Amino acid sequence: MPGSTPEYVLNSALWQRLRCHRGAMIAAGVLLLLALSSLIVPALSPYDYYTPQLDLISQPPTLRGGHLLGTDPLGRDLLIRVLWGCRISLLIGLAASCISIVVGVLWGAIAGYAGGTTDALMMRMVDVLYSVPFVPFVIVLTVLFGRELWLMFVAIGAVSWLDIARIVRGEALSLKRREFIEAARVSGVRAARMIRRHIVPNLLGVVIIYATLTIPTVILFEAFMSFLGLGVRVPLASLGSLIADGASDMQAHPHLLLVPATVLATIVYCFNFIGDGLRDALDPHDRHDRHEQA
Amino acid sequence: MNEDPLLQIRDLSVSYPGAHGRFTALCELNLEVSAGECLGLVGESGSGKTALLLAILGLLPAQSSVRGSIRYRGGELLGLEAARLNAIRGARIAMVFQEPMSALNPYMRVIDQLSEVPHVHGGMSRRKARQRALEMLEAVHIGEPERRARQYPHELSGGMRQRVMIAMALIGEPDIVLADEPTTALDVTVQAQILSLLQEMRERTGAALVLVTHDLGVVAQLADRIGVMRGGRIVEQAECTQLFSQPQHPYTQALLSAMPRLEYPL
Repeated sequence: MPGSTPEYVLNSALWQRLRCHRGAMIAAGVLLLLALSSLIVPALSPYDYYTPQLDLISQPPTLRGGHLLGTDPLGRDLLIRVLWGCRISLLIGLAASCISIVVGVLWGAIAGYAGGTTDALMMRMVDVLYSVPFVPFVIVLTVLFGRELWLMFVAIGAVSWLDIARIVRGEALSLKRREFIEAARVSGVRAARMIRRHIVPNLLGVVIIYATLTIPTVILFEAFMSFLGLGVRVPLASLGSLIADGASDMQAHPHLLLVPATVLATIVYCFNFIGDGLRDALDPHDRHDRHEQA
Repeated sequence: MNEDPLLQIRDLSVSYPGAHGRFTALCELNLEVSAGECLGLVGESGSGKTALLLAILGLLPAQSSVRGSIRYRGGELLGLEAARLNAIRGARIAMVFQEPMSALNPYMRVIDQLSEVPHVHGGMSRRKARQRALEMLEAVHIGEPERRARQYPHELSGGMRQRVMIAMALIGEPDIVLADEPTTALDVTVQAQILSLLQEMRERTGAALVLVTHDLGVVAQLADRIGVMRGGRIVEQAECTQLFSQPQHPYTQALLSAMPRLEYPL
């Protein structure tokens, strides 16, 4: 069939192909389990993440006594703290990714569709922002506004939209030359509606893949910031700050480092797997046949 | 004729910057289209047929230089600001593209795509626009319009997509429909159906049809008048029957003799 391009896929066929990708489905299951338990378990548990129990400091993991993963040097239950860390890390990952995707897609689509001087100006601004060193930028922000959770969303979102803007702009440039865009222009569709109804929906394939790859990057960013002590405010914990705490005590109590580090690695790994599965599912010419046979 | 022709093109020249200096796509071209007629434009690839249609709709790439004048009902189209041009596109002058797959947005249902035109132009409510779109689908003889309307372009066959394209061009009730090789991408039986559909729609709506093609057989069936294009100019213009019986220009004669005929062995 002429013009049988891979772009017809954003519908139920995508879901069916994704289901054939076993790795992605397992990864999605693991993530869902982690997310749900991070929401439910702390509410049911008799322990909380902030009350110190000074008679129970640095307990090893045990099946007796209720602290399944042991306690930290202030006697707080590690399982609950790790689950809270999960919650914070996932929240930051999703929220900051949402910010960066919305901003990046709009910026890139407008620049690419408008073209000419507008495009040049908008993309030079992206280039300038690219050259801003990220860590000092976040340090300045935390000095100015204190250690607030929303600041992490803004800081990470503000940096990670740049890549998306570039990718989307490139796609929009090539979309603009396609016949159906010309057909819509010939029908008298104005620029704003054109971007909303014709350009952006056709970009979604690329954006979805990129989003699943942005989330783990953002989570790692946040862990890195927390490791440097720039992240969430104590006693709240993110996976990054738990790893930082654990690292300072790792000779005596390795489980304080290993547990949050394993959870962080698992989350990042799962998102990468889902991204992989989505990429295969969205590109029927590429790899998905192999998975169907497997 | 005592009144203005519907579309009047005077001394239109278009050139693009190319790899070897400027490339001239159209060269001082003159053309008139009067209301309700069917004008066929034939010529080889690169003779400027498509550039002419794009110029009429203001779709030429930004770096191309355009001189001359294109008047629609006496009003100049060249250099018209975007908002005024958008009011004419789709509503007054519409276009049918060559490749119906790539000319339909793959992520939009047929009905959304069709109803966009009356929604954008007439300020028609979504509901009324959808109603109108369904009527159009019925008018271009698409079976089960309700079901087809909910489908995406890739779920339709080539001929059906081209019917949708035609419905999309005619839904705004334009005075002029520009068709850029509307049957080239289709197989022969479907071609015949699409041509008879174009003819039927023209009779029903009274719109003028500018039919661009390299297929002389296609224009012979439909056109009242034929313009032969070569190298960015119209080298000969004549009534359909006259052009086929007494071609004047040597290029037209060559073109006609290049058509395979059944009565002579090849």
